[in-house]
Amino acid sequence: MKRRLWVLWLVLVWVLVACGGVKPVAKPNFDQGVGKLVIITGAGATFPYPLYSKWFYVYSKVVDPLVRFNYQSIGSGGGIRQIMARTVDFGASDAILSEEEKAAAPDLQMFPTVAGGVVVAYHLVDAQGQEVGTGLRLTPDALADIFLGHITRWNDPRIQDVNPDIALPDAPISVAHRSDGSGTTFLFTHYLAQVSPEWREKVGGGKAVNWPVGIGGKGNEGVAGILQQQPNSIGYVELAYAVQNQMAYAFIQNREGNFVEPTVDSITAASDAYAAEMPEDMGQLLVNAPGKDSYPIAGYTFILLYKDMPNCIKARKIHDFMVWALTEGDVYARSLLYAPLGASVEKMVIERLDALTCQGGRPVK
Amino acid sequence: MEHLLQAIGILGPTRKNRGDVLFEGFLLLMALTLVGLVVFLFFELVLGSWPAIRAFGVRFVTSRTWDPVRDEYGALPAMYGTIVSSLLALAVAGPVGLFSAVFLAEFAPSWLERPLSFLIELLASIPSVVYGLWGLFVMVPLLRQVEVFLHQHAGDVPLFSCMPWGIGMLAAVVILAIMILPYSTAVARDVIRAVPRAQREAMLALGATRWETIWHVVIPYARSGIVGGLMLALGRALGETMAVTMLIGNRPDISLCLFNPAYTLASQIANEFTEATSEIYLSALVELGLVLFAITFLMNILARLLVLSMGTPGRR
Repeated sequence: MKRRLWVLWLVLVWVLVACGGVKPVAKPNFDQGVGKLVIITGAGATFPYPLYSKWFYVYSKVVDPLVRFNYQSIGSGGGIRQIMARTVDFGASDAILSEEEKAAAPDLQMFPTVAGGVVVAYHLVDAQGQEVGTGLRLTPDALADIFLGHITRWNDPRIQDVNPDIALPDAPISVAHRSDGSGTTFLFTHYLAQVSPEWREKVGGGKAVNWPVGIGGKGNEGVAGILQQQPNSIGYVELAYAVQNQMAYAFIQNREGNFVEPTVDSITAASDAYAAEMPEDMGQLLVNAPGKDSYPIAGYTFILLYKDMPNCIKARKIHDFMVWALTEGDVYARSLLYAPLGASVEKMVIERLDALTCQGGRPVK
Repeated sequence: MEHLLQAIGILGPTRKNRGDVLFEGFLLLMALTLVGLVVFLFFELVLGSWPAIRAFGVRFVTSRTWDPVRDEYGALPAMYGTIVSSLLALAVAGPVGLFSAVFLAEFAPSWLERPLSFLIELLASIPSVVYGLWGLFVMVPLLRQVEVFLHQHAGDVPLFSCMPWGIGMLAAVVILAIMILPYSTAVARDVIRAVPRAQREAMLALGATRWETIWHVVIPYARSGIVGGLMLALGRALGETMAVTMLIGNRPDISLCLFNPAYTLASQIANEFTEATSEIYLSALVELGLVLFAITFLMNILARLLVLSMGTPGRR
């Protein structure tokens, strides 16, 4: 009994000392100017996470060793919520801010960093039993009607006619979509809403929608799993995911009538071509862009910052990082299959970054 | 303090030891904390779902539409999916579990019984996600062949009349049945083992066969325990999320056909919670949680009543 009491006292003392008594080793000093380590926190979208990780790493190592970034990929919704609650220094979102969100935080600005694409992937075996690889051509209205449930068989003339060299099988189309809310769905459904009045009426665009047909899979992995398991199926995933997992995907007909392959270049072309119509708050939906080389199902991913940042040291660091990322970070973006912004868009974003202020109006630059 | 505890009936009338008073008071506190947690959970669920309750009212549990773009939400498909998938899984796992339990308790030699029991209990410790992955890549292709067969030969029956996807209600039912099997089996086995030897020997002495003994005496004697095990299994099935969401097809539809995709309350919450940004959307998802809480609560009460109505062992 006496020994047990001893142990109890020892534990109590240890807890008190660990929590209160002993002075901790020198913590990095955040707000005191040059020469101190600055930690910048951000949260949000999962789509750009691999690229942002790479950028943060290279930047901290090579360009500015006195800054550390801490990014949590909790999803676009979470990112928007956290930056609106001002618990992080920057937010990240694949979806543009809604009217509700813009009204709740009028000072929050969207800065496009890179663009990504959504590809229409499929698992298809032709009438001779051969696997159909990348390159199936689809027109926008055929695509919309497949996802609306109006086109139900693969050898429907609307698909067969634009694919004269593929013998499509007489098989039902199994449709797969995302069951979780995501930026990928946001882009895809907004694209369909733009090219199909019926889709706009019946379903609309959003991170999660009321799908007319199809099975839902959780995440890109879920959709890919369904496509792999289900013969003669079609679905949509991110470009990077499709390429890394060697999935077959379609060439979609763009506004000018060309069937465009989804690549980093065709997405950057879309960004360039649509730059003229960039709205004031830079929250542009890049889908269905004009231009003969543009891939139609593309979208920006945004970093969210306040026009007037609360901390000047951090504001300067964030500004410098973002300018570096947009200019010299391009090479890393390409290697990870993200499309860098078109040249004119890049210029616009850098100008907007230079116009940031901090702590009540002091210019950051 | 002592008088309070004596009044409640925890402390005996003659106990006056300080240590005992403290100890029993502490235990009471722990128990009340548990109850308090459940009440707090319920309270928070109601609070979180209040905007949706106000906006939709009873329509929430009768509407089939789930439309995040128009902010129109109805829980009926998810409720249907949850209840149907769990009950069907129980219908499969219940008999299999019971017969396995009888085998393990009555017939298996101990060199077989111990490893078998261990393996069955091991099923309970496999993570849900692993079940989902195994189900998606191993079970679904096999199940699809079974479904195609059923569709071709019994396609007129409404249960089999739709397109055999592979992924769908049937896949979820099968995986749930496998997941809840250890719960029904282990409990049933222990309860059957606990039936007094006197009962069995009396039956055998009257000239009954082994089979008759088990069916007419052992199982009825262990009835309330077996049902308790089944209810435990049902509870697990109602709340199961990951494995189900990978196999059920995630489509808020109500359909009689077993091959069609469906949705459960837990899957719907897990899928949509992180990206739900509008207040009414979030509130609708919390209300789904409240509905699931209510369903589980009701099932547990029903289970209690069922067990109570079966009477104590030995009496009819």
